[in-house]
Parts: sequence; C-alpha cells; structure tokens
Amino acid sequence: MNSSSPPSRSLGSGLLALSLAAAAAMALALGLVFFYAPLDAEQGFLQKIFYLHVPLAIVALCGFVLAALMAIMHLRSRDPRWDLRSYVAIHMSLIFAVATLITGSIWARGSWGHWWVWSEPTLVSFLIVFLLYATYQPLRFAIEDPERQARYASVFAITAGAFVPMNFIAVRLASAYLHPRVLGSTSNLPPQMAFTFVVSLIGVALLYATLCSCELTAKRTRAQLRAARRAAEARAGEDAGPAAHRLRSAAPSLTAHGTLAAPASRSGA
Amino acid sequence: MAGAALAALPALPLHEAGKYVAAAYVVAFALMLIYVAIMAVRLSRMQRELASLMSREQGAGQPPSSAPGEATLP
Repeated sequence: MNSSSPPSRSLGSGLLALSLAAAAAMALALGLVFFYAPLDAEQGFLQKIFYLHVPLAIVALCGFVLAALMAIMHLRSRDPRWDLRSYVAIHMSLIFAVATLITGSIWARGSWGHWWVWSEPTLVSFLIVFLLYATYQPLRFAIEDPERQARYASVFAITAGAFVPMNFIAVRLASAYLHPRVLGSTSNLPPQMAFTFVVSLIGVALLYATLCSCELTAKRTRAQLRAARRAAEARAGEDAGPAAHRLRSAAPSLTAHGTLAAPASRSGA
Repeated sequence: MAGAALAALPALPLHEAGKYVAAAYVVAFALMLIYVAIMAVRLSRMQRELASLMSREQGAGQPPSSAPGEATLP
C-alpha cells in the first residue's frame, strides 16, 4: 500500500489473485442463483433479483462506512494515502449504489407495478444517502488547495458515514413498509436461499475490493508517471509552469512519494 | 461439449418475470463493464505517456530510468 516503496511484483500478483477470486465467486453465485436456489413461493422467478440487488446495496453502504473509517485515519495521521483510499471507496460505492437503485427499480416494477414508490422509506432513504454522497466529488472539486481539499473531504466522509447506520436504524423502525426486510428476525430464508445469498454477497464484495484495488493502483501509477515526467522535464531544463504540473481535479493528487501534490495555482490558495 | 452441458441444466422459467430479471442482471453487469472500459482507456493513455517518456529518455542519450508505472501495473 506504500507508494514510496520500490515497485514489486507482489502488488500485481495480489490484484490478479483478487480478480480471479472475484470472477470465480461471481460465476459460482450466478450458477447458484439460477440453478440451485429454489423459486420463491410468492414472487417466483422475479425474486432472483434479490441475489444481486441486496448484496449490491449492502456492499455500497459498507463501502461508505469504510470510507468514513479511512477518513478518520487520514485526519489522525495526516497521511494523504488514507484520503486516497477513502476517495476510492466512496467513488466505487457510488457506482454500486447506482446499480442498486436501478436493479431495485426494475424489481419494484415487476413486483409492485411501479418503478418507484415515494412512500416507501427504504427506497427513499437509500436515495437520500446516494444523493448525499453524490455531492462528495463537487465538494472536492470546489476546493483548490489539495491539503484543504483532503481535510474537508475527510470531514464530509466521516459525517456522511455516521449518517448511514443512523439511516438504516431509522428505516427499520418505520412501521409501514412494502420493502421486504432481509437482515433480522423476520427474514426466514430457506438454507438453499441463504447459502446462495451469502455466496452472492461474497462475490459482490470481492468485485468491490478488486475494482477499488484497480483504481488505487491506477492512481498511484499515474502519480509516479507524473513525477517521472517532471523529473525528465527538469533534466531537459524545461519548465511548463506550475499549472501544467497539476490540473485541478476532484481526485486526491499524490506525488510519487505519497505526499500531496502542489496546488494547480497558487493565486487562489 | 458446451451445448451438452447447457442442455443438461434445468430450464429456467423465463415467462413474465424473465425480462425483469434479465434486465436487472444485464444493467448491473453493463455498469461494471463500462467502468472497466473506462479503466482500460485510462491505462492505455498512461501506457502511451510512458512510451513517449521512455523514447524521450532514450533520445536524450541516457539509459532509460526504471519505468515507474510498469512494475506496479497489475
């Protein structure tokens, strides 16, 4: 995880192993969903969406909480690499949240006859969480100074991360709902369904970890490449100016040594 | 071989609900595929940048420095 450490083959092989594990788990989950798990007595074949929709939602929400924990680590240590990890976790959770909303909407259409039910607290609360995190990237982009950007983004990630479990509890306390409860005493999944669900959850979690790992590797590689280019320009005696070194971006910008890059323009900082 | 394996599997009840289930799975995997495609585009851009950097280093008559991105790529 240390970008300043010498490049090694272990990072690439670790990512490859993670990718293979994710692919195997997803393939197994798909096989179990369609050829092992029994049909639901009420919803029939439509209930198969459950094995995709619910793991996506759980992993997305856990990703948001994980990002909050990483943001705490960033504020405690001032290490920008924790900010990068928190950023990537939120970035990926947002993608998973979009998939959750779309699959949930399709399921609602098939089951209830409506794409969206505004009176349903589970749906609306998830949408609120999604919209809350959708402001994360614009918030980052609005702040030019990388250090302030990282600090404010961490505060946001912690506040929003605390909102996720609170939201979950509030929804479960709601008395009137259509959305089925999955986790808790009211969920009476048969063993075959429960096993399929757990495998699906592991598969989606591994997919999340793989994509996060890919994104982190790409971000570190880009930082190292940028540093190499700057070094080459310095050797050649060129100077394109500070603005050319770092374009304004919502993403954390690390140097090859894991420190923060200089701001795009000093005038606004 | 694959056809025989598929024929041995139980038939899926793809009636009314089939289109919704198919849509949900296709949309979710398409989203992931789009993300992977974007990653691939970014990776190819980095590879081009790295290639130009290395050719520049070689053109300057110096031995190419260790490619920073290369060893960390998956």
